[in-house]
Amino acid sequence: MEQFAQQFVNGVVLGAMYGLIALGYTMVYGIIQLWNFAHGEIFMVGAFGGLAVWTALPESLAENAFLALPLIFTAAVFTATFTAVLVERVAYRPLRSSPRITALITAIGVSIVLQESVRLFYPDGKRPQSFPGLVAEGNFSIGDVRIPWVSLFIVIVAFFAMLLLQAFVHATKTGKAMRAVSQDPDTARLMGIDVNRIIMVTFAVGAILAALAGVLQGMKFRQIDFHMGFLAGLKAFTAAVLGGIGNITGAVLGGLLLGITEVMATQYIPQGSAWKDVWAFIVLIVVLVFRPTGLLGEDVSVRA
Amino acid sequence: MTELLQVRGLSVRYGMIEAVKDVSFAVSEGAIVSLVGANGAGKTTILRTISGLLPPVAGEVFFADQPLAHLPAHEIVASGLAHVPEGRRVFPRMTVRENLDLGAFVCGQGNNIDADLERVHTLFPILAERAGQKAGTLSGGEQQMLAIARALMSRPRLLMLDEPSMGLAPLITQRIFDIVAELREQGTTVLLVEQNAQAALSLADKGYVLESGSVVLVGTGADLLMNEDVRKAYLAE
Repeated sequence: MEQFAQQFVNGVVLGAMYGLIALGYTMVYGIIQLWNFAHGEIFMVGAFGGLAVWTALPESLAENAFLALPLIFTAAVFTATFTAVLVERVAYRPLRSSPRITALITAIGVSIVLQESVRLFYPDGKRPQSFPGLVAEGNFSIGDVRIPWVSLFIVIVAFFAMLLLQAFVHATKTGKAMRAVSQDPDTARLMGIDVNRIIMVTFAVGAILAALAGVLQGMKFRQIDFHMGFLAGLKAFTAAVLGGIGNITGAVLGGLLLGITEVMATQYIPQGSAWKDVWAFIVLIVVLVFRPTGLLGEDVSVRA
Repeated sequence: MTELLQVRGLSVRYGMIEAVKDVSFAVSEGAIVSLVGANGAGKTTILRTISGLLPPVAGEVFFADQPLAHLPAHEIVASGLAHVPEGRRVFPRMTVRENLDLGAFVCGQGNNIDADLERVHTLFPILAERAGQKAGTLSGGEQQMLAIARALMSRPRLLMLDEPSMGLAPLITQRIFDIVAELREQGTTVLLVEQNAQAALSLADKGYVLESGSVVLVGTGADLLMNEDVRKAYLAE
């Protein structure tokens, strides 16, 4: 029981990070029906942006978490957002009316370009880079369950980011415009909404969330590398499909379910840990077979 | 009367098919003008081109003496031209109130939206009752009312209605047309596209009959209703 509770907590922490990345996937899909397979790389680029600024900080500043953390997050968010908006403008917008497979292949191409750019141009980028922990090391305990402080920090940051996203999408004018574009782009234009601007904002919001996840993952595993976006991206994609394509609550739910499934399968299935990264895709296949629209998904094919 | 909207020599193509051929017409300030014609005559294409959703291959559109060609759709709305699309196209997973808010998207933030809300709620009391309901759950007639109300939220000088009677019961259709007449009384100019020629022409100051993308007849609404050819072709006589 104690072991189960411990693993459950681990699963939630992992799932919170998957959820943050999945949000960007699902929002971009909701608005232009593109599986942005470069989104995992936006997460990676964000982490490297944060690390680059931290490395450049004078030692007195770098050791002070209260000053360094906001700087790292700001740098990560800025780098990821800039990259995502640039990619949208240069690679995706010219293909807006092309067949979907064209845009999908382009996304895979962009993903390779971003990985290789970091590998080649980040100092010693071909090797994993160590990432600062910053949050107090060690654990606190609830009963017999031990929770690292950094895990608590991850869950808090993810929770508030998701809360802010909900507020943005439901209570602001731009957020409402985003939902309108995802439901009916032509009619949204008739409302006076600049659809290109809304698409750009969607990419930017997705990138901000991915950048947060990138820094959080770095802090947790104390290491990042140019390849980290690949697996994270695939799992976030799974989480988005699991929750229901285009559904924001679904992405968070999918992320949590996936994180918990992965941890539990590793713990309780014999030889489970050797198959650590396989469970996500088994879940994906099962979902696609029995509920192709995902847990909270609506039938996306009905669209005038 | 001054011409609020002028369309001159408009042609639109879908690939090889010329859907609209050299169409010209005008809408005077304060008038109701109807475009009638069978399915596929090019009525919807004309409205979509005026709104900037489709690019014309030739021709010009002037709204309040300003050329609209090459303006993006969202700027055309802001200039005072609202379009209620065919099939209503309310945002189904948003509430009635959110749909109305989006109609006011071009108005500045908090720019007296309350007064506009009150106006459309007076015209369509049902929308006040259903404010919190998802638009997709409304009946067809209610959705049509919402689509018109949403367009009115941008305080248009010209309201373009595409087949507002489509798929509605005769009683509801009558109510919609009554409201169109009332809007004109309040000073809104209306361009009405309809297959229901009887209703559209009875209401219109001026009418244009379209056939395969071209204007074949022009006249006052009353004249066209009396016209032999119109009666044969559109009024099933």
